[in-house]
Amino acid sequence: MLEIKNLYVKAGNHEILKGVHLKVNAGEVHSIMGPNGSGKSTLAQVLAGRETYEVTRGEVLYEGKNLLEMAPEERACEGVFMAFQYPVEIPGVSSAQFLKAALNAIRRARGLEELDAMEFLALVKQKFKVLGVDEKLLHRSVNEGFSGGEKKRNEIFQMALLEPRLCILDETDSGLDIDALKIVASGVNGLRSPGRAILVITHYQRLLNYIIPDYVHVLVDGRIVRSGGKELALELEEKGYALIEGGAGAAAPGRR
Amino acid sequence: MVAVTPATDRYLENFDRFARVAADSGQEWLRPVRQAAIARFAELGFPTIRDEDWRFTNVAPIAQASFARANGSRTELSPRDIDQFAVPGLVGPQLVFVNGRYAPRLSSPGSLSDGATVSSLAQAFTDARTVLEPHLARYADYARDGFTALNTAFMEDGGFVYVPRGRVIEAPIRLLYVSTETADPIVTHPRNVIVLEEDSQAVIVEEYVALGAEVYFSNVVTEVVVGQNSVLSHYLIERDSEQAFNVSTLRVQQGRSSNVASHTVLLGGALVRNNVHPVMAGEGSECLINGLFMATGRQHMDNFMRVEHASPHCDSRQFYNGILDGRSHGVFSGRIIVHKDAQKTDAKQTNKNLLLSEEAQIDSKPQLEIYADDVKCTHGATIGQMDEGAIFYLRSRGIAEDAARALLLFGFANESLERMKVGPIRKYLEALVTQWLPQGKLVEES
Repeated sequence: MLEIKNLYVKAGNHEILKGVHLKVNAGEVHSIMGPNGSGKSTLAQVLAGRETYEVTRGEVLYEGKNLLEMAPEERACEGVFMAFQYPVEIPGVSSAQFLKAALNAIRRARGLEELDAMEFLALVKQKFKVLGVDEKLLHRSVNEGFSGGEKKRNEIFQMALLEPRLCILDETDSGLDIDALKIVASGVNGLRSPGRAILVITHYQRLLNYIIPDYVHVLVDGRIVRSGGKELALELEEKGYALIEGGAGAAAPGRR
Repeated sequence: MVAVTPATDRYLENFDRFARVAADSGQEWLRPVRQAAIARFAELGFPTIRDEDWRFTNVAPIAQASFARANGSRTELSPRDIDQFAVPGLVGPQLVFVNGRYAPRLSSPGSLSDGATVSSLAQAFTDARTVLEPHLARYADYARDGFTALNTAFMEDGGFVYVPRGRVIEAPIRLLYVSTETADPIVTHPRNVIVLEEDSQAVIVEEYVALGAEVYFSNVVTEVVVGQNSVLSHYLIERDSEQAFNVSTLRVQQGRSSNVASHTVLLGGALVRNNVHPVMAGEGSECLINGLFMATGRQHMDNFMRVEHASPHCDSRQFYNGILDGRSHGVFSGRIIVHKDAQKTDAKQTNKNLLLSEEAQIDSKPQLEIYADDVKCTHGATIGQMDEGAIFYLRSRGIAEDAARALLLFGFANESLERMKVGPIRKYLEALVTQWLPQGKLVEES
């Protein structure tokens, strides 16, 4: 589904990703772990199409297509979704207006009929129930005045509504208490399916107790230095990133 | 020093004729105030950019233009002509004015019981002198301001609303001012007087629209008296023609524990000056001053706030959002005056502006004058372009870039509309704002 080959990315004059390789198949859950500043969030943002980053080398194939050539909205319409680490507040735009615009844009791209207000509402209410989201959210401005937990839950809700094929969670666990973390994780687990791949980007192993990954990759200083199964996350938790960094280059990074 | 320009002269000459006619029509009691006002106007003339309060707005186009008085050109309209200005879902008394004069055939003042009155001011001059006299021209200060002086000298019609003690009028009262094509550019001086006695409540919607693209000058003064414990919402919707001049002053006198909301949306006009001047004279009163101005082309929109805390424990909140496109020029001046005895004042002011083009311009100027020592006053202004992070967020959810920009812009304008409590008015304004927006269609479609 996703294939990242030798990806180099700069922000301004600063090189952040220095040759990332990664292959993710449909149905798999991968976790990318790494210390602060290792380039985890940059990778997520580049995959979603943020234009503040410059790709200097390498390529990214998504379902065989060149992802880097697509505008952010095209990627979304093709089924790429990133849950933001810092969801943006949009005063004056109600969640209902925003979600309907997003859903219908994606439905149009998929050749489906747009939903009218009634159909949209019915669908949203059904999804709300699953995630335990309060319906009042629809009338509030997008993310405005939401707590950290509400914002993250809203991201997962959007993901459930838009039904992407590639889900990227950018530090979705940061700033969440354990209850919020469980809710978010169960929302994500509910989306696991054979046709869908999930990329969980996190600093801590904690989230991976609830979203069990098939593969774990360690990103340090812009490169994937180790890859392994879910037990790698536990090892990291125990030993810290320093030791892993010491052993950098031991494994064939990200290649399976 | 008196600089009598030819323009000032013309108003003075017109006044003599006007005063003679007015004296014959049972308005003799108004003569002293009209005389005083025209005398003051003769001294003040029109302001210039040397006046601190008019630094960013040059009214020479008004001062130098030759406007005829509206009387000679009364136009008959049919209700169908003004259908386009209907507010869907809005039910309530409506007074329609055509070129400044009350048009009974187009109006539906309704019949209010319990002594409440909605009528034209011309009518009230003869019927409601006892209510008017203690208030008229007592608050809008014609000694300070040339435009107010001119209005006071020439006032002859407008809206009059009187709500007696304890009476709640739920239905919004709409004052619709329609300008039509005229042989020569005309000037009108609409004067609205709103009096709410103690424990009463009302909603007033003042709106200025045009049937064509003509040049005219509306010089408006609205005087509002809000008694103890009373609640008033005032809406000003300005949709003048693109060549029109509109100078409008809202002067609100607030009694103890009263609550006032002033909502303003400026969309039209070539040169617009919007003065909002509440005086919180009674202890514990509150006011919300909420505005949105959207200018494009060569439009000039000047918002001049003067919020006076004259008693202790009063709260004021100002929120003005501006969107400026083309070569337009916006101004926001927010003056907060806290008088010596107004302890425990809580005043907040926020002015946010979006510039959509390189040539658009905004001057934002907060000004605090604080003479009390135990007060909380904050102000903040922002001037900027659209938030690229927010655009990316919307795009990452599948929304195309132009639609994302349109949606964000709508959201920025809608921040102001969300503070408006009257649903039909809010929806009406949402539609007007969406029409105004470049790519607004994309918001409707999404």
